[in-house]
Amino acid sequence: MTATVSGTEVALPSVTSVYRSRSAVELKEFFRQRESVVFTLAFPVILLVVFGAVLDYDIGGGVSFTQYFMAGIVAAGILGSSLQNMAISIATERSDGTLKHLLGTPMPKSAYFVGKVVQVLAVTVLIIAILLAVGRLAYGVPLPSGRDWFTFAWVAVLGSAACTLLGIAVSSLAKNGRSASAMITPIALVLQFISGVFFQFSQVPVWMQTIASFFPLKWMAQGLRSVFLPDVLAAQEPAGTWELGRVALVLGGWCVAGLVLCVLTFRWQDRGSD
Amino acid sequence: MTRSSTVPAAGTLPPSAPIDPDAAISVRGLVKRYGDSAAVDGLDLDIRRGEIFALLGPNGAGKTTTVEICEGFRTRDGGEVRVLGTDPAHATRRWKAQLGIVLQSGAGDSQLTCRELLGAQASYYPEPRDPDEVLELVGLTEKAGARGRSLSGGQRRRLDVALGIVGRPTLLFLDEPTTGFDPEARRQFWSLIRSLRDLGTTMLLTTHYLDEAEALADRVGVIARGRLVEVAVPSTLGGRGNAPAVVTWTEDGVRRSEATPTPTAFVQQLSARFPGEVPDLAVARPTLEDVYLRMIGDTL
Repeated sequence: MTATVSGTEVALPSVTSVYRSRSAVELKEFFRQRESVVFTLAFPVILLVVFGAVLDYDIGGGVSFTQYFMAGIVAAGILGSSLQNMAISIATERSDGTLKHLLGTPMPKSAYFVGKVVQVLAVTVLIIAILLAVGRLAYGVPLPSGRDWFTFAWVAVLGSAACTLLGIAVSSLAKNGRSASAMITPIALVLQFISGVFFQFSQVPVWMQTIASFFPLKWMAQGLRSVFLPDVLAAQEPAGTWELGRVALVLGGWCVAGLVLCVLTFRWQDRGSD
Repeated sequence: MTRSSTVPAAGTLPPSAPIDPDAAISVRGLVKRYGDSAAVDGLDLDIRRGEIFALLGPNGAGKTTTVEICEGFRTRDGGEVRVLGTDPAHATRRWKAQLGIVLQSGAGDSQLTCRELLGAQASYYPEPRDPDEVLELVGLTEKAGARGRSLSGGQRRRLDVALGIVGRPTLLFLDEPTTGFDPEARRQFWSLIRSLRDLGTTMLLTTHYLDEAEALADRVGVIARGRLVEVAVPSTLGGRGNAPAVVTWTEDGVRRSEATPTPTAFVQQLSARFPGEVPDLAVARPTLEDVYLRMIGDTL
């Protein structure tokens, strides 16, 4: 009897309009949270400024360490805005009930992930732009040129896709945002030390190089070195070349693995509430 | 329909009644196990369209489990469930668009303002209410520009309710909605709930406040040990309508009381014994809380 009031033929909002609305939500959530802005955006810039000022030595071929570090800190910036950002923010939203609340609405589930991807893209583009500008203006690091931009683009896109998917998957392992942060921050830091971000990769012991080569950060940094460094320095790489084919293969493989892990492990509610 | 007229406010449903696809919620023989223990153990429930139904029961009795199965958050191990004619295990976007859900745990933390949160929530629904009107309804107009996380406990809960109703639900689930409210805020919330009922919204309310159930609910159901032990209108739950009334008064400086099935006659006798007003006269039926505590005490 009262069912007549619920106009059953009214169309649901289009999926694209919900995607737009979720994207706006995610951008506001990120940029209004001081911790995430400082941690994800400002920290890599501070490191670039400090390392550029302190470790300004010649690594051969007239190239300064700052130029080498540029590739590494851009890779680390991508790692922060994708893997760390996703792992911590999704774990937080799962434990505080945001995800469960969304599950109870007619929002298409894909919209949640589209919003997150838009957030990662915006933050990644911003951090790269800031790092390039600071490197260029403060330390005279040359901007990439010609074909290097293309390499830059695909390494960044593939690396950030792999790390975003991994971040989403890892979020399910943590109990809340705090424990996600405690879990993922040390791992990211160690990976940065052994993957050629803070030191030249050629100076890292071989067994650490081997460990690093299982993870995406090493390959992102290597691909980006091909963008920022002259080709003569490819000789310092483990294989003596930039190995761009292998960079694509490993990062692509992590995308697939990350996607599978997401599908298998993603939870909308806290464990034990199903 | 015949059920309500022939057995007004009476106990549990006849076990043979088939599931009712036209009811707002119809549940038969619901079972949910965690490990070896059954949190819900053969529960039957019918909630009519347009009514406010309050589900009472101690913590751990199976209230939230039952509600969350109806909302589609949890799976079940047995029994039949229809919510607005649909099995929640096969939820679709269109079905969810007819529901409003106010979770016990709230809607999460946010950097967005109240108005932005409601606007985002409205964007998921086909026929949403205007966010500003909803803010007005829940009394948060002054906080429209405040961020979700800056609100007080009671304000947050009102925001949760606002998020639950902005989609213009046919059926609204309210899981302990007034926890953390001061008395005035609760009264305001009650009038909000009544105005939603006047708009035709069906509501399933769980609460620990028995005065709230009594003030709002058309019918109350008591859950104990995973079963619905009784369904009735609040004034007759647990035989409350027929229970002896207690008359109390003061005589010779001593507080006296008498339980009687005929309080009117007793008060007439009393008034004959005093020249004017009977000092401190009061007549009370057992409160909903009294019968509720007895009911769950019987089954624990």
